[in-house]
Amino acid sequence: MKGKSLVSILDYQVEEYLQIIQLASEFEALKHQNILHGKVVGSLFFEPSTRTRLSFESAVNHSGGRIIGFSDSNTSSSTKGESLKDTILTVANYCDLIVMRHPHDGAAKFASEISPVPIINAGDGANQHPTQTLLDMYSIYKTQGKLDNLTISLIGDLKYGRTVHSLLMAMMNFSPKFNLVSPKELCLPVEYKKILNAHSVPFNEDTDLHTILPETDILYMTRVQKERFSDPIEYEKNKNLYVLKSSMLENTKDNMKILHPLPRVNEISQCVDSSPKAYYFQQAKNGMFTRQAIISSILGLI
Amino acid sequence: MSTHIQGKQLNVSAIKNGTVIDHVPSKNLFEVISILKLQNIDSQITFGSNLESKKLGSKAIIKISDKFFVQDEINKIAILAPQARLSIIKDYAVVEKQKISVPEYIHGITKCFNPSCITNHQNIKPKYTVLADNPISLQCFYCEKITEQEHFDFI
Ligand SMILES: [Zn+2]
Repeated sequence: MKGKSLVSILDYQVEEYLQIIQLASEFEALKHQNILHGKVVGSLFFEPSTRTRLSFESAVNHSGGRIIGFSDSNTSSSTKGESLKDTILTVANYCDLIVMRHPHDGAAKFASEISPVPIINAGDGANQHPTQTLLDMYSIYKTQGKLDNLTISLIGDLKYGRTVHSLLMAMMNFSPKFNLVSPKELCLPVEYKKILNAHSVPFNEDTDLHTILPETDILYMTRVQKERFSDPIEYEKNKNLYVLKSSMLENTKDNMKILHPLPRVNEISQCVDSSPKAYYFQQAKNGMFTRQAIISSILGLI
Repeated sequence: MSTHIQGKQLNVSAIKNGTVIDHVPSKNLFEVISILKLQNIDSQITFGSNLESKKLGSKAIIKISDKFFVQDEINKIAILAPQARLSIIKDYAVVEKQKISVPEYIHGITKCFNPSCITNHQNIKPKYTVLADNPISLQCFYCEKITEQEHFDFI
């Protein structure tokens, strides 16, 4: 991992997933507290994402590093017409590693080609957001004590949800069973189903959330957004079908945990929050430990 | 059948030395010319378009004197005109037929079909892995999205 950019979840293999998870747990146990001392991380948010930015900033701050950068393109030189290439080459002079978020697909890949320092992709348009996937995996590991042989149910927008696609691609290495529950119009794209089939990963597509709940270990909820539907009537028909309520948790497994990449709108009703099965806020906290692990590994400090 | 072949031989033999590109779809003629940068060649070039073709309906043919393409250039033709045929002419006779095959990787040539791709917003030449060749299907190196042949938009 040392010196290598992290652009896509497929840049890492099983061994690296496990290494990041192990390191994240060490950071959580407050080891390596000043490991980033003397390091400067560039944080380039060409589009705003407060949640992700704060997670990275807290990861750097909690490890004794410093962070420079901008939080949206209105305050950055790109609004003055500076090319992405020029911004990256300039900022790379001032830091040891660049974390970047960009509205366009493939921006981080391009940056990683030209940058003299490693790039961490904090989201490139609708394409990749690998640190989210790694924190999801850490959350799965932490709550289940393993990654293998789990029944993982993914709910909501499976067509456009990049976190869903990346999680499928990463977790398919650990003998899972996937339940894919979505409105017909937002079902998993066929290219991902082909990959699952090619690896003989069992999956079951469903439009009903209730049937899959009793066997689920990890319930991964996502937003169903109105603008994703070509027909507003379809949205109206579907909008309440993929909402989790506390009454639905009755027949679920004791070890089941509910994950969500956040921000949530209404797909998990507030009454679920007090359930011990609700895990999405701890999941966000795990993001900080995971990002500490990723940054330290890429900088070759661990 | 034999008259058809004879007719073709006659066309092909119209240059002394060089290359004939036959069976180019008429609609792609000028793109083939542009991709091969034939406008920068000093030797004699003749071409015909909207010629009758049993296979394509309408075809174009390009004859370039004293020009012999390298494999990389030939591969570019394959993107635009996978059914095209190349004949090497020496002394008015066809001495070799060059095989066209779609390359594994492509740099430039067509725009990425994904409007949100970084290559459509910055001055970045797109790169692709060729996933399939008939019809051609390209996967963008940057945004990972697929561009199908029917959506090609030549740069
Ligand atoms: Zn692209």
